[in-house]
Amino acid sequence: MAEGPKSIADMTCPTPLRATDTILLGHGSGGKLSADLVRALFLPAFWNPALSRLDDQAVVNVNGLRIAITTDSFVVKPLFFPGGDIGSLAVHGTVNDLAVGGAQPLFLSAAFIIEEGLSRDVLRRVVESLRKAADSAGVQVVTGDTKVVENGSGDGLFITTTGIGLVPDGLEMSANRARPGDKVLLSGSIGDHGIAILAQREGLEFESAIRSDSAALHTLVGEMLQVTREIRCMRDPTRGGLSSALNEIAAQSRVTIELIERAIPIREEVKGACELLGLDPLYVANEGKLIAIVAASAAENLVATMRRHRLGNQAAIIGTVTDTNPGLVVMRTPLGTTRIVDMLAGDQLPRIC
Amino acid sequence: MKYIDEYRDERIARALVAEIHSLVTRPWVLMEICGGQTHTIMRYGLDELLPSPIELVHGPGCPVCVTPLETIDRAIMLALRSEVTLVSYGDMLRVPGSNSDLLRAKAQGADVRIAYSPLQALKIARANPERKVVFLAIGFETTAPANALAVWQAKREGLNNFFMLVSQVLVPPAIRALMTSRQNRVQGFIGPGHVCAVMGYLEYEALVRDFSVPIVVAGFEPIDLLEAVLMLVKQLEKGEARVENQYARSVSCLGNLPAQQVMKDVFEVADQKWRGIGPIPRSGLRLRQEYAAYDANRSFDLESVSADEPAECMSAPVLQGLKKPSDCPAFAMRCTPENPLGALMVSPEGACAAYYRYRRHAAAG
Amino acid sequence: MCLAVPGMVLNINIEEGNGLRSGRVQFGGITRQVNLNFVPDALPGDYVMVHVGFAISRVDAAEARRTYQLLEEMGALESELPPDDAVAADEGHR
Repeated sequence: MAEGPKSIADMTCPTPLRATDTILLGHGSGGKLSADLVRALFLPAFWNPALSRLDDQAVVNVNGLRIAITTDSFVVKPLFFPGGDIGSLAVHGTVNDLAVGGAQPLFLSAAFIIEEGLSRDVLRRVVESLRKAADSAGVQVVTGDTKVVENGSGDGLFITTTGIGLVPDGLEMSANRARPGDKVLLSGSIGDHGIAILAQREGLEFESAIRSDSAALHTLVGEMLQVTREIRCMRDPTRGGLSSALNEIAAQSRVTIELIERAIPIREEVKGACELLGLDPLYVANEGKLIAIVAASAAENLVATMRRHRLGNQAAIIGTVTDTNPGLVVMRTPLGTTRIVDMLAGDQLPRIC
Repeated sequence: MKYIDEYRDERIARALVAEIHSLVTRPWVLMEICGGQTHTIMRYGLDELLPSPIELVHGPGCPVCVTPLETIDRAIMLALRSEVTLVSYGDMLRVPGSNSDLLRAKAQGADVRIAYSPLQALKIARANPERKVVFLAIGFETTAPANALAVWQAKREGLNNFFMLVSQVLVPPAIRALMTSRQNRVQGFIGPGHVCAVMGYLEYEALVRDFSVPIVVAGFEPIDLLEAVLMLVKQLEKGEARVENQYARSVSCLGNLPAQQVMKDVFEVADQKWRGIGPIPRSGLRLRQEYAAYDANRSFDLESVSADEPAECMSAPVLQGLKKPSDCPAFAMRCTPENPLGALMVSPEGACAAYYRYRRHAAAG
Repeated sequence: MCLAVPGMVLNINIEEGNGLRSGRVQFGGITRQVNLNFVPDALPGDYVMVHVGFAISRVDAAEARRTYQLLEEMGALESELPPDDAVAADEGHR
């Protein structure tokens, strides 16, 4: 048989992706299908240098000012969940995409697509929550839009945001800047948000005290940047989990990311839910966590700084960047062996097998 | 988590591995039956730890992988009917049928829902009397009692809108079929721990007697599997062939009698086609005549379907332990998790998917 | 196959009307209703193996303790030896 391919870049299937003439739910899950859709359809259509970096935000230069722009859509079901709702999620998610680019978040836009028949009180509660989150984060919602779609065309409410911030001079962070020797830092426990949502889903009900970790991370980022400028890149691992974010960095920087399984913080409840449903926490969504790739010399100091912040008190060094298998993320298991942490194709599904 | 974390202990793992190293004097081919055990082996790299004379081959213990193509096609056909709500375990949603899969059917508007338990399918049926709720009841003996209880309960309540599309398979006939095959290389079996939690392990005595092959019933954590390998190696090096129970904390010789009783009340043994292997006599379960009204195969007017795998898919030899996923020319090239040619690449428990996800960087070496 | 997870039984109840035995079982911090029909001997405090929402066996705590003790003794001996194989194995696989 042919030699096994050594790097993820070599693993393109010679036949096109199995004919999906239709878009599947998996295309929105932040994994391989999503990535392929971006690469095959969106990127070629809109190509430009800012877009091609495929970071969580785009940084453009306007008359000497470095402006960060990001856009996001929020389609969460249920609309209200322990620890948040679609309104606060919309603010936190957008602020975080800006923050991990080193930007000071300033302004948001919020467009609402409302399903005919949605209770006005529900809408009011969402808007109120959005306002509170924006105030807390120090950003203003400066413009918006409202559309109503026919009953049956949506999950009650979708929110799309655009966020704008300013990136200070001299700060260059991007997913293609990781280098062998760098350390991988994680701000806290993984899987909280995804499990909080899953616990509410029909068909999977279980009781848990888990709350979404939805939070605005820009003040944590601010403190991190005060301590060191040797941060190569940061990401907030949302849909697709820790795995997707790290795989994207590994691919963009053409490096290997080696993780230590024992070092990754996971709450007991998340572990229990994942064991029960056969899920891997590495693929479960987070909404208030960040990863940072930083020069080895700055790592310990940075972790200590993060731990002093409310949103980073479980921060840990979880891995190292190397050059052994460019494009791959691998995990050192508690038994000392290694396995690949692959990018999932679509959504992770609960299993019984 | 108790009864999980302590069975992932590194020192004990190393001790077991060291002991295995010290005992092995020649090559042995061992097969683990369960997909869940394959998953653990791949995830923890257990085969990397074992001495090279020990070869682990992966058996057909993935009910998702061995569900016949026709059953998937039927499930899709039913799901596409406007009055049907198809409820399934998550594992089945991406398994390719002849032309499509349940996830694609869902994208086309079929009412397909995931359940963690068959009792949830019952709940959906009760809450939606105007819908016909069909539960895709797949599994080995481990899942049969739960599936049986669900339909037993439906009958008790007189539900008239609940149906099961059954594809239940049995392990001992599959082992027998493998062992009688002329190409068989397996010299020892890591037995299916949760199947045996339900069924006990008396049935395996007959296999040991007929084929002189040791079988060690094992759990699913790394320590369980390493200990089972040690127990197998000890027997093999001494030329013994017995049934042993590594998983004594969850498995007893007679198994779970109340669970077996419900299975007998609801199901009867039948011939069954195994995807990738072919028909094996008396290797499956079907609903008894008294439950015909709940059998989707009998209650719906389904055109007969006959289907074949793409020629390239090597599921058959892989399922029989004759080849490894990395031996397949299509592995990681034309056949990937996004573009699977066969069920083994789709199911997270399938050997091909496990290899692809965890180990393809070592595939060449 | 057969993902079954050990959980601790917190309470037991018999459903009215149909006599089905079920209970809340705890898995490392989350809990779930689990059908206990197949483990009539299970009591609160016992651990059961749960598969698709059903307890399929009761964990024999005494047996678990006994067999695990032997494993622990093996492990304790092992940790007195210098760590070696993991590193060697790694080198071989790079």
